[in-house]
Amino acid sequence: MPAQLTSMSSLSLFAPELVLSGAMAVLLVVDLLLRESPSKRRVLGVLAIGGLLLAGLALRPVACEAPTTFFSGMIALDPMAVFFKGFFVLVGILGVLLALISAELETVRIGEYLALILSLVLGMSLLASASNLLMIYLSLELVSIPSYVLAGFRKGDRQGSEGALKYVIYGAVASGIMLFGMSLIYGLSGTLDVQDLRRVVFAAASNPAISAALLVGLMLTLAGFLYKIAAVPFHMWCPDVYQGAPTPFTAFLSVGPKAAGFAILVRFFHVAFVDRSGAGAAAGLPWPVIFGIISMSTMTLANLVALTQTNVKRLLAWSSVAHAGYILMGFSLANSQGVHAILLYLILYLVMNLGAFLAVMAVRDATGSEDLSAYRGLSSRSPAVAISMAVFLFSLTGLPPLAGFIGKFYIFAAVLNEGGLFYYALALVGVVNSVVSLYYYALVVRAMFLESAPAQSPRLAVSPAYVALLFTLVIPTVVLGIYWQPLSELASASLGLYIGR
Amino acid sequence: MEYQSTSTLLSWMVFTPLLGAVAILLAMAFRGTLRLEGKWMDDFARVVGVASMTAVVLMGIALYLGFDGKSTAVQFIHHFVWIREYNIEYFLGVDGVSITMVLLTAAVGFVGMLASVPWWGKLDDHHHPHFSKRRVPGYMVLFLLLQTGIMGTFCALDFFMFYMFWELMLLPMYFLIGIWGAPTRTEADGRVRGGPYAAIKFFLYTLAGSVLMLLAMIALYYTSGPATLVDGTPTQHTFNLLYLARMGQQGLFAGAAPILGMAFSKVVFVGLFIAFSIKVPMFPFHTWLPDAHVDAPTPISVILAGILLKTGAYGILRFNFSILPEAANWAAYGIAVFGAINIVYAAFVCMAQKDLKKLIAYSSVSHMGFCLLGFAAMTPQAMSGAVFVMVAHGIISPMLFLIAGVVYDRAHTRDINGFGGLASKLPEYAGITGLAFMASLGLPGLAGFVGEVLVFLGAFGSAIAGFKVLVMVSVVAVIITAAYYLWTIHRMFLGPLNEKWAGLWDMNWRERFTLYPLAVLTVLFGFYPMPLFDLMNPTLGWLVETVSRVGNIL
Repeated sequence: MPAQLTSMSSLSLFAPELVLSGAMAVLLVVDLLLRESPSKRRVLGVLAIGGLLLAGLALRPVACEAPTTFFSGMIALDPMAVFFKGFFVLVGILGVLLALISAELETVRIGEYLALILSLVLGMSLLASASNLLMIYLSLELVSIPSYVLAGFRKGDRQGSEGALKYVIYGAVASGIMLFGMSLIYGLSGTLDVQDLRRVVFAAASNPAISAALLVGLMLTLAGFLYKIAAVPFHMWCPDVYQGAPTPFTAFLSVGPKAAGFAILVRFFHVAFVDRSGAGAAAGLPWPVIFGIISMSTMTLANLVALTQTNVKRLLAWSSVAHAGYILMGFSLANSQGVHAILLYLILYLVMNLGAFLAVMAVRDATGSEDLSAYRGLSSRSPAVAISMAVFLFSLTGLPPLAGFIGKFYIFAAVLNEGGLFYYALALVGVVNSVVSLYYYALVVRAMFLESAPAQSPRLAVSPAYVALLFTLVIPTVVLGIYWQPLSELASASLGLYIGR
Repeated sequence: MEYQSTSTLLSWMVFTPLLGAVAILLAMAFRGTLRLEGKWMDDFARVVGVASMTAVVLMGIALYLGFDGKSTAVQFIHHFVWIREYNIEYFLGVDGVSITMVLLTAAVGFVGMLASVPWWGKLDDHHHPHFSKRRVPGYMVLFLLLQTGIMGTFCALDFFMFYMFWELMLLPMYFLIGIWGAPTRTEADGRVRGGPYAAIKFFLYTLAGSVLMLLAMIALYYTSGPATLVDGTPTQHTFNLLYLARMGQQGLFAGAAPILGMAFSKVVFVGLFIAFSIKVPMFPFHTWLPDAHVDAPTPISVILAGILLKTGAYGILRFNFSILPEAANWAAYGIAVFGAINIVYAAFVCMAQKDLKKLIAYSSVSHMGFCLLGFAAMTPQAMSGAVFVMVAHGIISPMLFLIAGVVYDRAHTRDINGFGGLASKLPEYAGITGLAFMASLGLPGLAGFVGEVLVFLGAFGSAIAGFKVLVMVSVVAVIITAAYYLWTIHRMFLGPLNEKWAGLWDMNWRERFTLYPLAVLTVLFGFYPMPLFDLMNPTLGWLVETVSRVGNIL
C-alpha cells in the first residue's frame, strides 16, 4: 500500500470535494430557511454557483501537488483527475445556470434540484479519481442515485416517471453485473486496489487460464462503465430517460455522467491494463478490439435509429449515444494519443451538446413542445435560437470550421496513426457514420430554416437569459473550431495518470 | 526557410467577402439601434454584397498584373504557423493554375452577385416572391461566406486549411439551395422534389466524399517525412502541399507501407479521387448536380456551375496528380474512360431533357468530362486544354444559367417544348442565347472550342493507344451536343410565336450587366486565348514533365 500520507494530512488534497459537500449542506439549509419568493431562486442559484466556483478555486493548489494516492490508496490525485474535476465543476456551473433559467423546474423545489446537482458533481469528481474497486463502485452509485431522482424530478409526469423507473432498473442490473465482475477480479487477484491489480495483471501475462478468467471479470465490470457512457448494449435507458427528464437535467446528464464514465474507463484500464512501453493492451487481453467493436456498433446503431426520430430531445439522446461511440474509437487505441483525443473531444462535446439542449429548452419553454414540428420556421420566429441551434447541430455533425470537427479530427488522426486492418476499418465506419448523422441533424435544420412556420404562429418569446447563454456557447463552438491550440495543450498536460511502482 | 510571406493580397481576396458577411450580421444584430428596418436593411446587405465582390474583382486585377507568368513558382505567398501542435499552417499562394481559378472565381462571383440584386430590372413576382427579395440579409451573408470558401479552396496550400475551406463551401450552399431555391413540390410520378431535397442531396454526396478526403489527408500526414515550418522549426510530418508534392515526386508515398494489402499511394489516390470526382461531378456520382441546378436560384446555379465544380477538377490536379504521380499514372486510363463516359453519356441524356435548366446541368456534366479526359492524357496539350476547358466552362455555363433565369423570371416555366417563336418577341435574348449555345457546343472562334480541341489533340497524341479510341468515341458527343443545342434553339425561338408568351419582354439592364461581360470574355478567349495559356502553361508544363518522369521511374 503506498500510503505515505496519513488521512488527516491528506485532507488538504480533498479540499474541492469538501467544499462541494459543504456547499451542498448550506444549500439545503438555506432552502429550508428562505420563504417562497421570486428572489429565492436567485439566492439559491448564487449559492450553488458560488460553491462550485469555490471548489474550482480549491482545485488550484491541489493541481500543483505531485501525483499520489491518498486515503489508503482509495483516491488518486494526478493531472487527469484534476482535469476531470475542473471539467465537472464547469459542467456543474452550466447545469445550475440551465436549471435557473428553465421554466420546467418550479421555484419550490429548485433548492433540492441544485443540491442534487452538487452531489452529482461530487460523485463524478470521486469517480474520476477512484483508484480502488470499492471506491469505483461507491462513487458510481453516488453518480447514479441522484440521477435517478433527477430523471423523475417532475412529479406526476408519466413520461418522466417511466424514464426514471427504466433508469433505476437498468442501473440496478448494470451495477449488479459490475459488482459480480469486480468480485471475480478480486477473487483472481486478491486485491481491490487498481495499482496492485496492475502488478497481478502483468504477472499473469504468461498464464492463459488466469488471463481468460480475468477477461471475463473485466467484461462484466465493463457493464457499469458502459451503462454510464450509454454505449451499446447498455444504451437502452438513454432515449426514454433523456426524453422524460426535465430538459436542464437531460443536458447535464448527456455531458457530466458520460464524461465521468469515460474518466473511470480511462483510469481503470490505463492504470491496470495498459503497457505504457507502447505495446498497448497488457497480458494479451483483447480489450482494445472489444472496445473497437462496441464503438462501431454503438455509433452505427445510434445513428440509424436517430434517422427516424421526430422528438428532438430523443433525437439528441440517440446522437449522444452516437458520440459515445466516436469517443470510444479513441479509447479502443489503448495509447496516450487516443486518450488525448478523448479529453479534447469531451470539452468540445460539452460546449456543443449543452448548447443544443439549451436551444431545445428555449423552444420548449416558449412553445411547450419538443416535437420537430415545433421547430418549423424557427428561423423567422426566433432567429437567435435557430442560428445557435444550427451551429451546434453542424458542430455535432463534425463540419469545419466548428468545434466538433476538431474533436473528430483528433480521434480519426489517432486511429489512423495506429494503423492496421482493424483500425482502418474502424475509421471508415466512423466517417460513414458522420455522413449518416448529417441527415438527422439536417432534419432539424431543415425544419428551422427551410420550412415555413405554420400559419399564425407568433414570434417566440425567448428570454434574454437564453439568448445570452446560447451565445456564450456559440462563441467557443466557432472559435475552438478555428483556434484550439491552448485547449489541446491543456489536454496534453492532463494525460498524467498515477501509477504506483 | 522556404515560402516566406511576400504579400497579403490573397488573404484580402479570400476574407473580404467574410468581412462583408460579418458587417451584415452586425448590422442585423443592431438594426434597432441603426434604424435599419425592412427595405433599408435589405438594401444595406445588397450594397455590402456588391461592394465586397467589386473589391475582390479589383484585387483580382491587381493580382493578375502582379503575377509573373514565366515563373513556375508559387507567388503572392501569405504564410505563418497556425496550430503548431499538428504542424498546421496558414498558407496561401497561387501558381499558374490556381491563379486562373482565382480570377475566374472573382469574375463569376461578381456576376453572381449582380444577378442576386433586383435592381436595374423589372421582376414579375406576383405569384411567388422573387428569391432576390426574400430574406435578403441572410442570402447575402451566405453568398459571401460561399465566396470565401471557394476562393480559399483555390488559394490554400496547406492540406488542413484546404479541407477547412472545402467544407466551408457546403453549409452556405445547403442553405442557399434549400431556402432560396424552388419550394417543395410533388412531381407527376409521386417523387417529392424541390430546394430542400436538392440541398440535402448535394450536402450528403459532397460530405460522403469529403470524409474520404479527411482520412486520406490524415494518412498522408502520418506518412509524410520530416519538413520544416515556415519559421524554421523542424517537424516530423507536414500538411504543406508543396512539401507533400515534393515528397510524392521523390517516391515517398509510392514506397510507403501498404494499406490492407494495397499500395498506399493507390488507396489514398482513390480516396482523394472519389472526393474530388463527386464535386466534378464524374459519372456515376453526378446525380446530385441536375437536382441541385434545377432547384437552385439562378445566381447559385451560376456559382455552382461556374466555379464550384472547378474545385473538384482543381483538386485532382493539385492533389492526385501532384502528390501521387505514380498512382496518377496507374489510374490515368481509368480516369480517361470515366471522362469519356461523362462526355458521351451526359450528351445523350441532354437530348432527352425537357427542362432547360436540367439540359444545361447535364451539359455541364458532359463538359467536365473533357477535363478528366485531358488530365488523364497527361500530355502538355491535353493538360492545358483541360484547364482551359475549366475556365471556358466557368464563363459559358454561368451564361447558360443566366439565360435560363431570364426566361424563368418571365414565364415561370422552363419547359422547352412549351415555348416557340420567342425570337420574334425577344430578339436580343435570342441573340445572346444563340451565342452562348454556340460557345458551349464548341463553335470555333468562341472559348468552348479552344479547350475541347486541345484536349482531343493532346489525348490523341498520347502514348497510350487506348486514348485514340476514347477520343474517337468522345468526338461523337460533339455532334450530339450540337444537336441538342440546335434543337433547343429550334423549339424555343423559332417557328410561330406561342401566343401564351406574347406578353414577355426583352432583357433588362440587370441581365445585360451580367451576360454581356461574360459574352465578351467568351469571344475574347475564343479568338485570343494566349493570355490564359501564358498564365498556366509554365506551371502545367512543369507538372506534366514531373508526373510523366516520375511515372517512368517508379
